[in-house]
This record gives sequence, structure tokens and C-alpha cells, in this order.
Amino acid sequence: MNSHATVHHATQHLLRSSEKGLVLLGSRCQACAEHYFPSADSCTRCAATDMLACELGARGVLWSWTVQAFQPKSPYNGGEAAEDFQPYGVGYIEMPSGIKVESRLTVADPARLRIGMPMHLVEADYGGGADTVLRTFAFAPSNPAKESI
Amino acid sequence: MEDIAIIGVGMHRFGRTDGVSGQAQGAHAVREALKDAGVTWDQIGIAYGGSQDGGNADALSNHLGLTGLPFVNVANGCATGGSALASVVAALRSGMTDIGVAVGFDKHPRGAFNPKPADWGLEDWYGETGLMLTTQFFALKTQRYMHEHGVSEDALVRVAQRAFRNGALTPHAWRQRELSYEEIADSMPVNLPLRKYMFCNPAEGGAALVLCRASEAHRYTDHPVLVRAAVMRTRHHGSFEVFSPSLAAEAAPAPTVTASRAAYEEAGVGPEDINVIQLQDTDSGSEIIHLAENGFCEHGEQEHLLRQGETDIDGRLPVNTDGGCLANGEPVGASGLRQVIEVCLQLRQQAGARQVPGAPRLGYTHVYGAPGVSAVTILEAP
Repeated sequence: MNSHATVHHATQHLLRSSEKGLVLLGSRCQACAEHYFPSADSCTRCAATDMLACELGARGVLWSWTVQAFQPKSPYNGGEAAEDFQPYGVGYIEMPSGIKVESRLTVADPARLRIGMPMHLVEADYGGGADTVLRTFAFAPSNPAKESI
Repeated sequence: MEDIAIIGVGMHRFGRTDGVSGQAQGAHAVREALKDAGVTWDQIGIAYGGSQDGGNADALSNHLGLTGLPFVNVANGCATGGSALASVVAALRSGMTDIGVAVGFDKHPRGAFNPKPADWGLEDWYGETGLMLTTQFFALKTQRYMHEHGVSEDALVRVAQRAFRNGALTPHAWRQRELSYEEIADSMPVNLPLRKYMFCNPAEGGAALVLCRASEAHRYTDHPVLVRAAVMRTRHHGSFEVFSPSLAAEAAPAPTVTASRAAYEEAGVGPEDINVIQLQDTDSGSEIIHLAENGFCEHGEQEHLLRQGETDIDGRLPVNTDGGCLANGEPVGASGLRQVIEVCLQLRQQAGARQVPGAPRLGYTHVYGAPGVSAVTILEAP
């Protein structure tokens, strides 16, 4: 990656990086313990408004997946030329609390994706900007040696 | 409760009509419906209508005549038509007026929809990073459903194949070419497991209904269609909906399920009594899910029904006899009323080459859409 490029990290506020590594942030209802991602001001389950920020973790299992095969229109900001667009994986990851988080996947090959496979949180770059690196959270297969063909 | 009847139906052909605005297509549909009912615009006492990208419905008065009637704009996404219909039914039951119109129309730009995150209460990153696509949602929901209920890609192909086969029998359908199994199964992946010919396209068109109290209907027409139920419902916490950065730990039934149950209750009938069916088929996977969610089969039973031809025009559960959204495209505002019109034509036995045999008595329509709304009607033959 171009070392002079500026980094636009669209989801930095959804992540916390510590000595334990990267974790995803959300919120939890103080009344009924329901988890939310991203964090919410109120609980759609019990209608309470007392919410507390919480960590959702970094590991989960793949709950569903697809491959985005065509280049999205706006509001997607990847900015690559049509001929440079690379399909990307999208999935829901079931986290330890049971919440399923929607995320880009680092893998776009259908043969390497199956429901139930372990996944972990990473940061990944996307799009094709030369001057600006676009960065977001993503989930990657946790056993690349085992799952690759 | 006072029975309400549909006494006139009218459409502007779905598809692409360059040079004709969405509102002009909506006005055309209203004129056709008025003609079918044998009434004039100045007799209409209430109108509800809407579009997503075609502008305000009450601007149709500029085409149809400024008669001073109360004209309410409806903006309920895919349930716009169903909401307009339910509102007209309620207005007529209240006795506020004698004849009402429900109308939907639209004119979308080509390609997938491009929603704005803020309109949906979402932060910009959700759209910027490439997660805010309706096609992705349908694929993710279908993938999970197939996994949980043992449905294979074969079923996805068969839904699309039947849709285009029925479209080929429908003179006003947008897509009138039958597609082979291989053409569909080998078509370009869009969002796996869904491929090009398993998705409907945003389109253009208009659809309108004229309604009155059933006790008055025979003054206008020999074939009034009774509205036995017209219900609209929104989602509960935990249902799997479009544009969801996360899903709750515990799943809840979709709004389709609640709308469907309420409609059966209002009509006093069950799924086994229905003779002709319209289900929201934005994509093959959605139709498969909706077959079970509306009570027409068990979860996982769909593949068998499709293979046996049970959902064909001459089957036990004729679904989307005009080709549905797959063959007609989806002008969001008009799509739900297109379904109602197709069922009316079937119940009036005016559906030509695609007529369901055996004089169907009860018909059913179902729409489902963002951000988790569903509208269901149950209609009875004259």
C-alpha cells in the first residue's frame, strides 16, 4: 500500500484495540440484556432507554454469507474503476452473546465459505483509491490452513 | 363489518416506457380503472396512493382533474399499494364517502436501488463499505433459509422458470420469454446463491383500483370482487430484515407471518381455502420463504411442491400466475396493486391463457419489503 496515502477508517469508532487485540464495540440493554451493534440509544426488544457500551468480542462463527459480485452504486465509496472491481464476501457472524454482526469477509471464494466456520475480527482495506486508503472491520476465517483447498 | 368490493381495475403496462413520467403512468392506470368500473373521476370521494421514485400521488389530480377530493399520499415502500388499499377500505367502511381509489405507480432508475443510510437511521459507514444492498440481504436470508430447511439451488431455479413461463402467457408482462432451466442455473452470479435470472428488476408502471361498499357494487359492475381482508403489519424485534448491521440473538417471525395470520382471521378462512396466490418474489429465495410464511406449506417442503408442479397454473397452489415481480419487474409503488389486479382478473375469469382452471373462488396477495413491512389481502370471486 502507498505509504504516502491517507487512511480513511470508516468504522474506527466501532472498534477497540488493546493488548488483548481488536474487539468490536456495541451496547447492551440494562433492563433486558439484549445486545446491539452498532450501539443503540434504546432497546427495540423491551423499549428501555438505559443502554451501556460493551464489547461484543472478536471471534464468532459464520451464520450466513454471500459474495457481492457486482460493483455497488453510491453510497458505496470504493472508487475503483469498473474493470478493477473485485467481488467481496459479506456475511453475518454469530458472536458469543448470540448477536449476528453483518460484515465484509476477507474471503470471496464460495468454495472457502461455509456456514458454521470459525471467524475472527480483522481490519481490512477495500476500494481502489490511490491517495486514500479505505479501511473497515472485516471477518476472516480462523483456520486458513485448514479451510483452504 | 361492512363488506367492500373492487369494482374496477386498471394498469399502465410495467417495464420501461421512455418519455412517459411515473405520474402519467399512474394517471393512465386510474383512467383504466374508472373505465372498468363505469364511473368518472368526479364521482371519487377519496383517494390513497403513492410511489417511491415517481413523485407525489396527489399530483395525479393535475392529470385527472382538480375535483377537490381528499387525496392522501402513501409512502410505505413495497407495502405502498397494500397500505393504500387498506386505507380506502377503512374509509369506505367508515361511511365518509361512497367510492374510493387506490393507486400506485413508479419509475425507478435502471439497476439496483441506491438508498441513503441516513434515511434508514443508519450511519454512513454502512453504505460506504458496501453493505447496504437489497440484493445482499435477499441472498443472506436465502442462504440461511436453505441451510436451515434443506432447500437446494434446484428450487431457486424452478421458481424463476415458472415465473418466466407464466410471464410468456401474460400479454402485459414485461418479460415474455420463457427461459430454460440451464439459462437460469448458469446465469451470472449476482449475490450467491442468487443469480441474474433469480432477481426481479426495478421498473416502471402504474396500477389502480376503484372500490365501493359491496351492497352498492352491482350498480356499477356485474363482477365485483369482495375484499375479505386487507391487512398491513410491520416487523417485531428479532425478525431478519433488510439493512440490518446486526440481527438479534433470538429470531422472531417475519412481518409476513403476522400480516398473514391477521388476514386469515379477518376473512375467516385458512390457507387451504385459497385457490390463487400472489407472493412477493423480488427473488426466487424470497418466494420460497413466503410460500411457508403465508401458511401454504411447511418450511422445507417447497422444493417438493415446485418439482411436482403444485405451484403451476394448473397445480394445487397456483403462484404468481402473471409471472410475479420476476416477469413484471418491480415499480415499488405499483407492485402490490398489480398483484391484486391479477387476482381480480383470475377471480373474474378474465385471465385468458393463464386462467386458473375450475373457477377459483378465493385469492390471496402478499407483499413484503423494507424496512420490514408486509401487506396481505384475501379476495373473493363475484
